[in-house]
Amino acid sequence: MIDLLHELLFNYTLRTVALGAATLGIVGGGLGTYAVLRGQSLLGDAISHAALPGIALAFLLTGSKEPIVLMLGAAGAGVVATLVILGVTEATRVKYDSALALMLAVFFGLGLVLLTYIQRHAGASQAGLDAFLFGQAAALVERDVITMAALGGAALLAMALGWKEFKLLAFDRDFGASLGFPMRSLDVVLTTLLVVAIVIGLQTVGVVLMSAVIIAPAAAARQWTDRLGVMVGLAAAFGAVSGVSGAVASASISNLPTGPTIVLVMGGVVTLSLLGAPNRGLLWQAWRDRRNARRLRRETVLLDLYALAVKHDRLDHAHEESVLDAMNAWTDRTHRALRQLAADGLVAEAADRHWRLTDAGATRAHQLAEERHLVPPPASEAEPPPAD
Amino acid sequence: MTLPQLEIQLVAVVVAVACALPGVFLILRRMAMMSDAISHAILPGIVVGFFITESLGSPLLIVAAALTGLLTVALVELVERTKLVKEDAAIGIVFPVLFSLGVILIARYAGDVHLDTDVVLLGELAFAPFDRFTAFGLDLGPRALWVMGAALGLNALFLALFYKELKLATFDAGLAATLGFMPGALHYALMSLVSLTAVSAFDAVGSILVVALMVGPPATAYLLTDRLAVMVGLSAGTGALGAIGGYWLAHALDASIAGAMATMTGVLFGAAVLFAPERGVVARWRRRRRQTWRFAEQMLAIHLLQHENTPEAERECRVGHLQEHLGWAASFAERVVHRAARHGTIERQNGRLRLTDPGRTVAEDALERT
Repeated sequence: MIDLLHELLFNYTLRTVALGAATLGIVGGGLGTYAVLRGQSLLGDAISHAALPGIALAFLLTGSKEPIVLMLGAAGAGVVATLVILGVTEATRVKYDSALALMLAVFFGLGLVLLTYIQRHAGASQAGLDAFLFGQAAALVERDVITMAALGGAALLAMALGWKEFKLLAFDRDFGASLGFPMRSLDVVLTTLLVVAIVIGLQTVGVVLMSAVIIAPAAAARQWTDRLGVMVGLAAAFGAVSGVSGAVASASISNLPTGPTIVLVMGGVVTLSLLGAPNRGLLWQAWRDRRNARRLRRETVLLDLYALAVKHDRLDHAHEESVLDAMNAWTDRTHRALRQLAADGLVAEAADRHWRLTDAGATRAHQLAEERHLVPPPASEAEPPPAD
Repeated sequence: MTLPQLEIQLVAVVVAVACALPGVFLILRRMAMMSDAISHAILPGIVVGFFITESLGSPLLIVAAALTGLLTVALVELVERTKLVKEDAAIGIVFPVLFSLGVILIARYAGDVHLDTDVVLLGELAFAPFDRFTAFGLDLGPRALWVMGAALGLNALFLALFYKELKLATFDAGLAATLGFMPGALHYALMSLVSLTAVSAFDAVGSILVVALMVGPPATAYLLTDRLAVMVGLSAGTGALGAIGGYWLAHALDASIAGAMATMTGVLFGAAVLFAPERGVVARWRRRRRQTWRFAEQMLAIHLLQHENTPEAERECRVGHLQEHLGWAASFAERVVHRAARHGTIERQNGRLRLTDPGRTVAEDALERT
């Protein structure tokens, strides 16, 4: 553990990769929150695939492999793809999912054509462009991380500045429009920020897997909270933790590529959140269902006992457990329900397997019966009919 | 054209048509992104299948990988059914995780096997002619042609056998369920075909370009027709056209054939968006323009009819007055009058405009319709 910390702080490569992964996790998680909430999860996938021709074109035009140049190219292609997808959806009857899938694949295909063209015509100078397919975290240098942090920081700052407006956009676009906010421009700005978040991660995670960095932390964070601010913070934290642990794992185990490892960690975080998050989580749900079922069973048995007592005109009359068994479907659990009721002081075992209501039990049962409209209120207590 | 070139194009066409057939139903059922998810997520299946069979062409590998595709569909449904995550996010989480698993498996055991992530993701059609299918010492052509031919045959057979059921389940799932056609089973059958096709196609065109071939041609055909049968035919034709066009584009640029096929698919789709006979952007623009002129001519005729043989006729029935009365710009008014005169609905007499008999009919018809 100490060794690992030491390595993280003083090993240049590991520190650089970990910082890069943390940056992309924070920015991707934070801005991905909006993508997930707005139902644009797969737009992230399309943008990241579509970035490939932008990267290749930027290199073809400038001959430079500066991260900022390639990232600008990627961002340009991402924005163009987004606009084409929206344009096709609006101008034709082709549906959103078809437009997404088609543009994703067509842009990627174009990127592939350009990459292979560069490979065969520009010789060895293209080395490193392939890294954008699956990412090559180990090749990150300090300047890459600084570029990532600067762009990502700017995107997060822009998100913070437009916090209220973007919140409106995500949750009630029409209301925002009625208040006079330029919703369409805000939409363009927020989508552009998403493009930035995707672009800065491409070199580390690659175009194919980048969508998971956008979607997974946000989907996990959603399970823990119902507040936007908390969700953005949690998603950024999940992104950062997954990024760093993926980077560290791939550095310590040989032949473990960074991008896929980060994505697997994120998948784990999502699984844990789906299962364990309080309130929404599946385990929590199951426990709540069980508790409710038990309470319902107890109340039903108590009411059955009350019904028998009322029939016999004696509230403290003891009844055989088998009778109660016969009155409901979950026969094997009647005994358990009775034991719990006895522990609560609502029933008492008069003889072996014979049960009677206690005073407290009778009161409680009467109350329940009234709540569920099982008995009319006693005539003496009922209000007299109003005289005309 | 050399024999290998011909063979490559043949394989390309067969791949494109095989993908286009299930693709039609994918886009009509709004599940285009499932092709993306499946084609990525089959990677671990391919890797595991390859470890077992040590051959990319083994039928066992194809089945194992296709099962992974179905696993993806089931996992997405499982996650979605918790209602904790929306469907698109579920897709966007499940397939990268499975794909990552595949990449890691390859990276960990790369030393032992001859399998490269690039190959699975990108494919290389140019190598197809070198991998021959031989039986009894006879060379029967490229292996990919046989594999894809089988996939195409299976897809065509399924389509032929269940055409009516697919049509019903696609356009009215509720009715299909009521009539006992089991849309759920049909859904999984379709997903199986998509998986199987994606697996068969990956070593020729790569998994991402399978998406282009599954979605592109049907989306193009969708803009050209309203009939399902015609759409299936047009999809197959568009796919084939894109495949051949892509091959020659790649040939000209000396670049990836699969990438060029996807690009051509995009170009054909773009052409359909612009030039489709009825729904195309150009056709709609022209229709709108035609309607503008026709409406203006009707307005002119009605205006003249109203003032015909009235005292104000001298003042009202002049080009200059139209600006005031109908709110037309001078140039527009002049052009409307010019067109109407050419169509013979009005006549000019020393600056005055007069309705002709056909013009009167036009005005009366238009008034009657309102």
